[in-house]
Amino acid sequence: MTVPLSWYLIFATALFSLGFFGVLSRRNAVAVLMGVELMLNAVNVNLVAFWRYLTPTDLSGQIFVVFVFTVAAAEAAVGLALMISIYRTRKTINVEEINALKH
Amino acid sequence: MVGQILFIFIAVVTLLMALGVVVARNLFHAALFLVGVFFGVATLFILLEAEFLAMAQIVIYIGAIATLIVFAIMLSRGMMGKHLGKYNKQWYFAGGAMIFFFGLVSWLLVKMPFAPVSAEAPADAIQQIGSGFVGHYVVPFEVASVLLLVALVGAIMLARERNS
Amino acid sequence: MDLRAFGEAFIAMLENIGIPEGWVLLINWILGALILLVVALLLAIFLIWFERKVAGRVQDRLGPNRVGPWGLIQPFADALKLLTKEAITPDNADRITYNLAPVIAVFHIIMLFAVIPFADKVVGANINVGVLYLMAFGALGAMAMLMAGWSSRNKYALLGGFRVVAQLLSYEIPVGLAMLVVVLLSGTMNLNGIAQGQGGLFGLGWYVLALPAVFVMYFVAALAEGERAPFDLLEAESEIVAGYNIEYSAMKFAWFYLAFFLNTWVLSAVAVTLFFGGWQGPGAAQFPILGVIYFFIKVFIMFFVFAWVRATFPRLRIDQMMSFCWKVLVPMGLALFLSVAVVLKLGLPDVATWALLFVANIVILVVTLKLLGNYTSDLSRTQNKRLFAPELPRL
Repeated sequence: MTVPLSWYLIFATALFSLGFFGVLSRRNAVAVLMGVELMLNAVNVNLVAFWRYLTPTDLSGQIFVVFVFTVAAAEAAVGLALMISIYRTRKTINVEEINALKH
Repeated sequence: MVGQILFIFIAVVTLLMALGVVVARNLFHAALFLVGVFFGVATLFILLEAEFLAMAQIVIYIGAIATLIVFAIMLSRGMMGKHLGKYNKQWYFAGGAMIFFFGLVSWLLVKMPFAPVSAEAPADAIQQIGSGFVGHYVVPFEVASVLLLVALVGAIMLARERNS
Repeated sequence: MDLRAFGEAFIAMLENIGIPEGWVLLINWILGALILLVVALLLAIFLIWFERKVAGRVQDRLGPNRVGPWGLIQPFADALKLLTKEAITPDNADRITYNLAPVIAVFHIIMLFAVIPFADKVVGANINVGVLYLMAFGALGAMAMLMAGWSSRNKYALLGGFRVVAQLLSYEIPVGLAMLVVVLLSGTMNLNGIAQGQGGLFGLGWYVLALPAVFVMYFVAALAEGERAPFDLLEAESEIVAGYNIEYSAMKFAWFYLAFFLNTWVLSAVAVTLFFGGWQGPGAAQFPILGVIYFFIKVFIMFFVFAWVRATFPRLRIDQMMSFCWKVLVPMGLALFLSVAVVLKLGLPDVATWALLFVANIVILVVTLKLLGNYTSDLSRTQNKRLFAPELPRL
């Protein structure tokens, strides 16, 4: 336990910022999805770090991480299916061009 | 001391990988960097003595999510989007905002007085997580399983070709 | 004679020399990893000879017999030949990914050696999540082959990559279910703990006695996970000319070859640990050295069965392979899992539990085979598929 808690939190913040930057700035929808995955990972690091340092006897932190895993898996599956579907009808995956509600 | 060096090494490598995810022009490379990030986060979980989560992270993120992303990229070449520019018009604004956000939150985190408890991690963590899922957290657990089922069916419905 | 005594004596020796405790631990870890690495590589060379010999005998040939006694030195000669060949990187290939893929392919399997118990407590890393670790690092293999398939810039390699994902990801589910059933019965995810739990009946109380159908399911899925015939269609020479490793030559190809044999060996070792008692056997609890011998004998018998199957069966079509996994193995695995969970919840004495588990397993196996037999005997269903245009998996 020689590593201070704040190091983990700063690491998670950096990871979250990078992911958020990817979400905001990338044109390709798959890259946006990858940014979201980075953000979810940052949240996981935070949850586990808080569990280990603040409430090591109560495992709720770890259990919540498993729920985040579930949500991430569902999000990736549906997100990629959506992108393949959009690519098939619109022939583009650029989030800036996907702006009409019908094709 | 050894722990600190190890943490800094893993953290720096992981963050460089994460940077690679957002700056790589080639989407396949971005996906491989993403695998590296997942792996780095898994090693951090081991440093935090959460072995179960570290392994679950590798199974779910690398074994399933990253493979799915790579597979989707490989399936449709056009999705690589080589002709598109990498970033949209607001990228410098987003970059600035994120640097500001990172600075602000880091400053807050350094200022924030946390009170770490120096207790050992429970030895039967896996058993406790397991009984937590079917005990105190049984409703969220069931909801999560329904969510996965809905995602499964939804993904198949969305990606299926209708005219065949 | 305790194998652990050697390790402890070694640690004591290092401490007596005056090396600080943290460094002793580090040296110990590195040495352990090196020993496992050397064992793995030597094993792989022997396995190549073993498999070729078995295949030769099954097909009424002699197998390698020129270099050394019984052809034992043949793999060394082959390795030397591969070393001297030119290592080609295709012009269009994505260099880093292309060269990284074979490394990951071998590395993820050598990582698996760390958790396999060779004898009581003779484990590289005796971690609590051993079974999950096997799943986790087993899954990296698909990633390595995807990288190889994509970075070669070759359409056959790419097709091979698609088949890898479709096959390995699908068959991971039956493998996982089989492991889960064993975890349910033994109550631990620690592989050494699982082996220890099979010590009844003078070291012969193996889980395969209670769970024969689970073992059959694991074995069939392991054939697919190990890319072995009849599930070797991700490198089907006659369809996609060796698949993902088509562009690899010399040592880079040798690494994939190595990974293939080591993977099969690890799958056999896991099968032995989960279902055949691992190092357990008569007298293994008293004399740990017997455990090592038992373990290797069992693993080589299992490996022999793998080689035997490979030399005997023809290849499946890709649609057969996918539907067999999703329509046969996965429902069967879920039924087995449910039956074991219910039987264990009854809280009967051990003998009754095992008898009930055995009966439930046999019933599920028979029902599955009966349904499968009815399905395949209905020729109209199996024959109207296009024979020579296997469909690519679509997302």
